[in-house]
Amino acid sequence: MKCRKCRQPAVHHLRQHRLALCREHYLDWFVEQTRRTIVRYGMSFPGERILVAVSGGKDSLALWDVLWRLDFPADGLYINLGIRGEIPYSDQSQQSAEIFARERNLNLKIVQVEESYGKSIPQLAEQTRQGKDRPCAVCGTVKRHIMNQAARDGGYSVLMTAHNLDDEAAVLLGNSLNWNFDLLARQSPVLPGRDGLVRKAKPFCRFYERDTAAYTLLRGIAYIEEECPFSEGSQSLYYKDVLNRMEADRPGTKLQYYLTFLQARQQLFPNTNLEEATTAVHPCPSCGQPTSSAGICSFCRLVGTSLDN
Amino acid sequence: MIHRRKEHLLPAGIRVRKALEMLGVSPESHLVVHNGKLITEDVILQAGDVIRLVPVISGGSQ
Repeated sequence: MKCRKCRQPAVHHLRQHRLALCREHYLDWFVEQTRRTIVRYGMSFPGERILVAVSGGKDSLALWDVLWRLDFPADGLYINLGIRGEIPYSDQSQQSAEIFARERNLNLKIVQVEESYGKSIPQLAEQTRQGKDRPCAVCGTVKRHIMNQAARDGGYSVLMTAHNLDDEAAVLLGNSLNWNFDLLARQSPVLPGRDGLVRKAKPFCRFYERDTAAYTLLRGIAYIEEECPFSEGSQSLYYKDVLNRMEADRPGTKLQYYLTFLQARQQLFPNTNLEEATTAVHPCPSCGQPTSSAGICSFCRLVGTSLDN
Repeated sequence: MIHRRKEHLLPAGIRVRKALEMLGVSPESHLVVHNGKLITEDVILQAGDVIRLVPVISGGSQ
């Protein structure tokens, strides 16, 4: 297989685009596509400071690397969840993020969940009915709270995460199977900031997961290959597997599913203005962060519940 | 071919695509690395080649 641009041997084949590229042209293509996605969806504007959520994995380090190459002023945020499995998962992933930041002279803010809130994610999950079976849900609540808090405290205009098209398509499939209109209406590459919520953006939302991995490998970025021990058997992995089986038979299925949804969303939810019409938010009386239901937010209830026990 | 820390012996002369199929591994969820370099699924494997499969799918919370 030859590179479409220079006819040298290709190193990566993007079946969904019928495009094969050599290392040099793939890396250029990837950076340029990210820039276009940022512009297309109005994710960031000149002069804005960006906070990137980094996990130490392939996607988030690739995103930080690309933003750095595009000269976006982006600092990193690493949240140590206190997860230990067969390996010290959280500590090793923190190390990957630290090495990456040090090598590029970038700022990395680290939040230790256990130090800050008295319990690690597994401990918090163990103490709730919801989290016993689904630690990922507890983890999501904690990460969303910390990410928004860190972005607000640091005066950042936008919080970027490295969710890729496989992540988005898996969420879309889950929300479609349940016909969760509220979540479907809000699924977007960018969520405008409002009422204490910092704008959120996903510049990798048009890349397949294998394509972000290819970028990370080709760029020589060291990342933690091990998966979170709690992700095994997760619903998101199941949905990704289903979608990948369709993709193998019909290349481009995932891309079409997601991009046509983004077009259809405007017809399905014509009155949904992401800045205003989504669920009203109220400040949590405990932490001050916005919450969709009046009263104590789910994060404070979670942390309070565990600390009371 | 090394997949999840296990070694699998495969015949020379087959394409990467066929090798993945023989191991029951999806090309959508793995990248193929030969001597530290990414290779595409049409490459023909030679005797003595050591190939590593890199899983690329992550799961968990959104």
